[in-house]
Amino acid sequence: MSKLLEVQDLHTRFHTTEGVVRAVDGISYDVSEGETVAIVGESGCGKSVGAMSILRLIPKPPGEIVEGSRILFAGEDLLSMDDDRIRHIRGGQISMVFQEPMTSLNPVLTIGLQLTETMMLHLGLDQAAADRRAIELLEMVGIGEAERRLRQYPHHFSGGMRQRVMIALALSCRPRLIIADEPTTALDVTIQAQILELMRTLTHQMGVALIIITHNLGVVARYAERVIVMYAGKIVETGTAEQIYHRPRHPYTIGLLKSVPRMDMARGKRLQPIEGQPPDLTRLGEGCPYRPRCAWAEDRCERSTPALENVGEGQIAACFNHRALADKESLAV
Amino acid sequence: MNAPTHASTAFEHSPPHEPVAGESLLEVRDLKKHFPVVEGVVFQRAVGQVKAVDGVSFSIRKGETLGLVGESGCGKTTTGRCVLQLERPTSGEIVFDGVNLEELPDQELIAWRRKIQVIFQDPYSSLNPRMKIGTMLDEPMRIHGIESNPSRRRRRIAELLEICGLPEKFADRYPHEMSGGQRQRVGIARALSLNPEFIVCDEAVSALDVSIQAQVINLLEDLRHEFDLTYLFIAHDLSVVHHLCNRVAVMYLGKIVELADSKELFGNPMHPYTKALLSAVPIPDPVVEAKRAHQTLKGEVPSPMNPPPGCVFHPRCQLAVEGCSRSEPELRELRPGHWVACTQVS
Repeated sequence: MSKLLEVQDLHTRFHTTEGVVRAVDGISYDVSEGETVAIVGESGCGKSVGAMSILRLIPKPPGEIVEGSRILFAGEDLLSMDDDRIRHIRGGQISMVFQEPMTSLNPVLTIGLQLTETMMLHLGLDQAAADRRAIELLEMVGIGEAERRLRQYPHHFSGGMRQRVMIALALSCRPRLIIADEPTTALDVTIQAQILELMRTLTHQMGVALIIITHNLGVVARYAERVIVMYAGKIVETGTAEQIYHRPRHPYTIGLLKSVPRMDMARGKRLQPIEGQPPDLTRLGEGCPYRPRCAWAEDRCERSTPALENVGEGQIAACFNHRALADKESLAV
Repeated sequence: MNAPTHASTAFEHSPPHEPVAGESLLEVRDLKKHFPVVEGVVFQRAVGQVKAVDGVSFSIRKGETLGLVGESGCGKTTTGRCVLQLERPTSGEIVFDGVNLEELPDQELIAWRRKIQVIFQDPYSSLNPRMKIGTMLDEPMRIHGIESNPSRRRRRIAELLEICGLPEKFADRYPHEMSGGQRQRVGIARALSLNPEFIVCDEAVSALDVSIQAQVINLLEDLRHEFDLTYLFIAHDLSVVHHLCNRVAVMYLGKIVELADSKELFGNPMHPYTKALLSAVPIPDPVVEAKRAHQTLKGEVPSPMNPPPGCVFHPRCQLAVEGCSRSEPELRELRPGHWVACTQVS
């Protein structure tokens, strides 16, 4: 598979009264054509800012994508292209599905208008063709009586239905990449399953690459092929889903997996939380950002920041101790 | 800033033991809460009613944690608010420690409110932003006359903070100076300040990040042992409920559809809704997930203003037969302690 998206040394900062927040602090990763990649991490780890940076949706000021960062999409640098060109890509070749289906649709426009407007703009369809395709799209995402529904406003739709509309919108211009930022976090669990199932089927059918940003480790396990774990603005580990869940090599990944209660495990076992809290991103100094919470931290972790290293079969982790961790079988959940 | 490590110090605790069958501390009998739906701005008239809770009964034994699960709008929070007497039920009884709270006049109810406390979901909106943490913990103790001596109250505040894994100096802070996890610890300290016997945890850990959530779950478990607490744990996250609760009740559209011991409910779910609900929860293990059969529930929850006739679940149910739309199924005890409201399973 060829590389569709290449993020190279992306730094995104916010200038605030409290100081400079290094929200994304030098991340690099690729996404291949048709691949599903999950980016996981807790609040404030930079997973959303990283994704918004791809489409240059970072408000400036206070935000800033630092000089030297590169994001190549099908070989073209998204960060250096002019505004017209990025607008063409945004919503066309790369589309987004946001967390809040309540706020990401325009409340005063009909669903039909929001769908057809985009297609007329990006695909150059006329009104009649756009209408036909809008009906097709709604049917595809499982909304019945599509013709009638097109004339309705977002408030006529439930949360799950709005998210279906968002998916229809995201697919409408035949994108090559969809970025879904916590697409099901606001939804109930049975609706979450419907929506994720739908996204999986449709992206596979159409060969669209998908980046799912989520904090839900269950969702990642069910839907992602490759996983990127972020902490304090950095990527700490990358691997296939199976590698990440069954032989994690970064203490943070191990900590996350031991923190989640599992429905398929016997009850009565105590959870092993990660102690402490994520660091203040305005005060990141030298050394590994995870060090204060890490059970394996040593002196050298304070002096220098571990680089991402190959830990075998394409899995990458940023920990000085990954070899020692690999020897401890018991760490695997 | 390094965070509280109370949870870890209690690491050697034995696993949560199942409470012995004993007398029930709380009994909810045929609880109904209907809200009128009004239309019009000046001349308001009722155009219908939402049956948020429609005939719910359960009991909780002393020392037990009962989980109440279900999706948005199923009535789990309203049930909790009725137990807390924050809502007066339309009908039904709430019996706490042998006393029917519904029959008590407001004046006498105050003494009972002390014993039944709550931890809310959102640590951002449930704490007064203009109050220092210390004041927030002091106020309920003063009002309920727990301790009249101010300096002894101060000592107690420091103690409460420590129990919840927060440093003493936090008494002088405001909520905005704290993280979400720390605020939730304050919410827990506030609930504990009145020496309650019973705590309603309404989505108490839902807003927290995974690593912080695990800390708070462990804290809740430790407190239950230490202070002999009984919890009604309302949540939508089934993995957390499975971990924390001894027994679980599943609600759908204002009714309990299944109630059983936690191990039994998760190991052998019988109601078609429970089965679909459990199947929808992804397990954080790709190998397990690849082997699991996923059953996706069709459609959405109908409006509680106009619930379907008969069994409220029948329009989405795979097992539904003709009779399901005519008569409402009763909760039946199909196995010891395992109650199911479905005519099609046995």
